[in-house]
Amino acid sequence: MTDELIAISILWGFIFIYAVMATMDFGAGFWSMVYMNRPQTKATKIANRYLSPTWEVTNVFIVAIVVALVSFFPGATFMLGTILLIPGSIILLLLTVRSAFLVFSHVAPKYEKVLVYISGISGLLIPAFLISVLPITHGSFVETVNGVSQLRLDRLFTSPHEYAFIAFAITSTLFLSSLLLADYSNEANETEAYAIYRRDALIIGPFALLSSILIMITMRSEARWLYDGMIAYWPWLAASVALFLVAGLALFLPSWRKKNGRGMPRLAVVAIVLQYFCASYAYGKAHLPYMIYPDVTIESGFTHPNTFRALFVTYIVGFAILFPGFIYFWRLFMKDRRYVANDEK
Amino acid sequence: MDHVLTARTLFGTTMAFHIIFATLGVGIPLMILLAELLYQKTKDNDYALMANRWTKALAILLGVAIPSGTIAGVQLSLLWPGFMEVIGKVMALPFQIEIYAFFVEALFLSIYVYAANRISPTMRIVSLTFVAIGAAASAILITNVHAFEGTPTGFRIENGQIVDVDPWKAFFNPSFAVTATHVVLSAYMTGAFTIASIAAYKMLKNKHNERIQLFHKKALMLGLTVGGVFSLLTAINGHESAQLLHEYQPEKLAAAEGLFETQSHAPLVIGGFTDRETQTVKWGIEIPWLLSFLAGNRFDTVVIGLNDFPEEWWPPLFVHTLFNAMVGIGMFLLLLSLVGFIWHRVKTQQIFPNWFMWTIVTAGPLALLGIEFGWVFACTGRQPWVIYRMMTTAEAVTQSTNLGTLFLLFTSIYVFLLVAVVLVLRSYFRRHPIEQHLATHM
Ligand code: HDD
Ligand code: HEM
Ligand code: HEM
Repeated sequence: MTDELIAISILWGFIFIYAVMATMDFGAGFWSMVYMNRPQTKATKIANRYLSPTWEVTNVFIVAIVVALVSFFPGATFMLGTILLIPGSIILLLLTVRSAFLVFSHVAPKYEKVLVYISGISGLLIPAFLISVLPITHGSFVETVNGVSQLRLDRLFTSPHEYAFIAFAITSTLFLSSLLLADYSNEANETEAYAIYRRDALIIGPFALLSSILIMITMRSEARWLYDGMIAYWPWLAASVALFLVAGLALFLPSWRKKNGRGMPRLAVVAIVLQYFCASYAYGKAHLPYMIYPDVTIESGFTHPNTFRALFVTYIVGFAILFPGFIYFWRLFMKDRRYVANDEK
Repeated sequence: MDHVLTARTLFGTTMAFHIIFATLGVGIPLMILLAELLYQKTKDNDYALMANRWTKALAILLGVAIPSGTIAGVQLSLLWPGFMEVIGKVMALPFQIEIYAFFVEALFLSIYVYAANRISPTMRIVSLTFVAIGAAASAILITNVHAFEGTPTGFRIENGQIVDVDPWKAFFNPSFAVTATHVVLSAYMTGAFTIASIAAYKMLKNKHNERIQLFHKKALMLGLTVGGVFSLLTAINGHESAQLLHEYQPEKLAAAEGLFETQSHAPLVIGGFTDRETQTVKWGIEIPWLLSFLAGNRFDTVVIGLNDFPEEWWPPLFVHTLFNAMVGIGMFLLLLSLVGFIWHRVKTQQIFPNWFMWTIVTAGPLALLGIEFGWVFACTGRQPWVIYRMMTTAEAVTQSTNLGTLFLLFTSIYVFLLVAVVLVLRSYFRRHPIEQHLATHM
């Protein structure tokens, strides 16, 4: 593998991890809004218990992505910084309000209601804006006049391609998060919350699949180069659809742990994460070598080789040191029954 | 307003907002850690209670520090893409390592806040130590990028191309150690004085409850002591920072002191306003020879004046006032803690008189102001350069327009959050008054 490929793979890995963590995070915010007025079910509590300790760690990933982008591909920074100023700023504003209010509502119940709305609504808007970065890199919305690049917002927001992506982002957010929360409430033995989230996942799943097909259809006419590339990776796309079916099946099979229970949510979560992995692998591979079509490639944007080598060493050392911390965190909040089921109170 | 100026204003406002919460995010973990350690040593429950309450406040403050820092980080690339292109090629290491520091801090803060009742006391102290280390490391690393802007090393620009890159040499640039130390020391000092301020205020408001007075008195003395120690260290290290300017950015030191003519036995001017026309500092107090001594430890040190540089390289001359204000605050706070400390020793058992308590109340806000003045001085005093003698600010700026609207949007969010954070803190501590805890603990 060339240095450029290693770098883009690391970046892609961060984006994938963030995408999964963030959809769960944002979706959890949305569900806690939807089920707020149903105190008899514990659906909101479950969503909040997942959300509270994780948002900070999730937030670090977005910073990690920006830093990895700038440090591995500084040559792409100038153009990306210029064309993403407006969408980037909107994302920042939404993220700020949301994060602040997540913390506020945790300590000041007086504000809880407002805050739940803010976190719920921005939980849908942020994925919609975040994903818009992808169609922007497909090239047809960037206009370069006299060496100055500009994002044509008018073209972007009249394009069906953009809306297909937005639909995909929103449905995926809701789908992934409801699946995860189903698994989480199953773990906590909250049968009622489990039933609710399982039902939500079953309803939204097909829409998520549908919107990804819409993306392909619109891509065919708006970014032909990418479409052809993705079709060349069709086995990955087929595997992705197959995994989706596996997940659906897993939600219907009888539970092997509980008598009379239905579904194996853990299996469904794993299958769906793999499904997104396959699909985004095909997308990413087809996107190469372009970062922004057709102006910036991974070669033209690449950092100085000495800097790359130094960075690479810190990645290995850094994550080796951090790894036990992640494990400890995972065990405390995802696996510890006392926390998940909230037995202690 | 012209484009570059709008971009500078927007970024400066973001940073001025972020730094309030970031500084407290570095300073307060140290105070919590000290309180936890004092509790383990003395078994005095008051200290455990302090640690507990300060952690709640810290969690709220970090709820703003983290998103505003995220804004700062992303805005750096959005507003200054030319600058970040060089940083990405040469100075990427501190940003990258900072990510690990952020992870350490985020993981262990969540653990300390949300799992405190499920982990052992030892793990609590370990978690807190990691939070404190993570916060200090973030500050050190980001300051390193700032240090690099003033003393860039580890690369050359040849025909517009960046060549001879040595990322570790850039990392250990000449002003890294001194500048990073200054930022961390001043943050510890600010965290301590903020605690002292609040304790003093609470003592003034609870005159008739001796138990509450006693509790806050302990916090007050802890804050004053730690604040005093760190203000002494900050001043010593600030002196080194000034000597560094003398060596590496002489026009910045000249502007800070309003010195126009190169001379030995240069005077130090305190206060006043620099006047470009007459090339003097009006209404300032002049102390002969002192500047030369401060710059090089000898009275015959030659200090370079502004006239030796082309006028378009001059930083804005008002930085003189900013510099004076920062140093003045440092000296004042040092004196304040010294007086408080001696008073406490000489007249034990006695409570400070009201006027002195009210002076202590100003200490925290003053320290924060010192941080703000220091940063605006350091960043504005670097103008017109974004990377000293390598790249001007105008070369680094984004090509997008419409920054004015963004400035309004971001500023309103900052104002809104500032109000919200105050309300939330008040609401929390109103609902959990100290009396309630003291009653259960006694
Ligand atoms: C409570 C805050 C505080 C206090 C009391 C002081 N400083 Fe400071 N100073 C800072 C907070 C600060 C800062 C905010 O942290 C800065 C801004 C940039 C930096 O590196 O640190 C800074 C920068 C800074 C610089 C500029 C460095 C540069 O531009 O590269 C100098 C020369 C000094 N300081 C010197 C001093 C001296 C002689 C002090 C005497 C008491 C002093 N500072 C007190
Ligand atoms: C946190 C406290 C900080 C404050 C209050 C602050 C303040 C400012 C201000 C007021 C400006 C505009 C200066 C002018 O144009 O007159 C500015 C510019 C800038 N600062 Fe800082 N700054 C801070 C920290 C930093 C740090 C840590 C870095 C390095 C990573 C940094 C990098 C920059 C850059 C790149 C610019 C824009 C280019 C320029 O104007 O030179 N700042 N900052
Ligand atoms: C010297 C001035 C600065 C200090 C002392 C400082 C310190 C801090 C601290 C203590 C935090 C909280 C970290 C956490 O809880 O995870 C923080 C957050 C952050 N800061 Fe600053 N910062 C400074 C300037 C900057 C600048 C110039 C940038 C932009 C390049 C920046 C980017 C960030 C980011 C991205 C975060 C959020 C990290 C996260 O997502 O957890 N900071 N900073």
